[in-house]
Amino acid sequence: MQMRLAEGTAGARIIAFGGYQPARVVTNDELAQAAGTSDEWIRHRIGVVSRRIAGPDETVADMAAAAGGKALAASGLSAADIDLVIVSTSTPETMMPCTAATVATRLGMSGPGAFDLNAGCSGFCYGLAAASDAVRAGTSRHVLVVGAEKPSQWIDWTDRSTCVIFGDGAGAAVVGPVTEVGTAPGIGPVVWGSDGSMADKIAIKDRRSFFSQDGQAVFHWATTVLHPIAKKACEAAGIDPGELAAFVPHQANLRIIESIAKKIDAPQARVATEIVYSGNTSSASIPLALVAMIGRGEISSGAAVLLLAFGAGICYAAQVITAP
Amino acid sequence: MTMTEQEIVAGIGEIVEEICGIPASQVTPEKKFLEDLEIDSLGMVEIAVAAQDNLGVAIPDEQLRNLETVQAVVDFVRNAGVSA
Repeated sequence: MQMRLAEGTAGARIIAFGGYQPARVVTNDELAQAAGTSDEWIRHRIGVVSRRIAGPDETVADMAAAAGGKALAASGLSAADIDLVIVSTSTPETMMPCTAATVATRLGMSGPGAFDLNAGCSGFCYGLAAASDAVRAGTSRHVLVVGAEKPSQWIDWTDRSTCVIFGDGAGAAVVGPVTEVGTAPGIGPVVWGSDGSMADKIAIKDRRSFFSQDGQAVFHWATTVLHPIAKKACEAAGIDPGELAAFVPHQANLRIIESIAKKIDAPQARVATEIVYSGNTSSASIPLALVAMIGRGEISSGAAVLLLAFGAGICYAAQVITAP
Repeated sequence: MTMTEQEIVAGIGEIVEEICGIPASQVTPEKKFLEDLEIDSLGMVEIAVAAQDNLGVAIPDEQLRNLETVQAVVDFVRNAGVSA
């Protein structure tokens, strides 16, 4: 017996991005008193000035559908063109069903493949890699990838070491094939990995627990291990860091971002700092930063952008993309 | 290679200047990191990461909180060098 395989395509690209953030802005001053901290401490330590927090009835699926709908509209495709939906979230309302199928139906899609993935704050880059590979393998033609998170429902609002860090939101990308002959792929090879020996360093231990982390250990790990991963992703894509127009790391902590940015040797790259007014939105942080930077004209179409995601697991992933 | 105490102080000064923007000349042995140089615990982690790269000495995170002064870090680096 000879099995027939799907007909692949040479490369995948990002066609469009979309983002959604809740309307409510929460400043440091609003949190500082209950948590026994100050605006100055939060700015210095984490780099956050304000964050967006979802309302009690606003779900991860709501935010995912809002961001996904915007990405779909910007792509010029119709809902029926999407044949796979991947939602990355580590804060879903339900363990079952997955969020992705609900999002697909809400956006009027025609029963695409749908699944959630959980790679902590790295999830969007994992989803992008899976989408790119599905398109290249020919098992999907157009994929909607969403990072959607509501960390606010897993936080102890009296714990100053965690409650001031996070924000809610969702970011999405539509991934499709490179159709024009001679056009380079728009999503480079992913460099990814994990270290389960650090599983307890960033965790929501069970359904009754709040988010917890060993901030110092994570900081040490992030400022030591990640810059070589970022450089490897550039190498894998055949891009010199000097050619990067932007560096968009996961928006975990401004000091981690600055420390890694210094070490990757990309002098031309604009560095994403969306954490300042969005907080750490977990797996939504990279697509939300891309939406904002493209919207401000800081990243032009066709520019090479390095993504670097890391977080609970511990999981990490990096890839170079071409901006749509 | 064994570094002299002076070389270690200079090495730490360079690291502090690079990471925190505080002139190396102000990084003298009696200075306390938190009170005198206003370097917090995350800053100390960054200094430890750089010390491993530049001076070849790993300072475990759990040791960091005991190293309150520049002299304490100098002593740690020197002793690590001797036992290595």
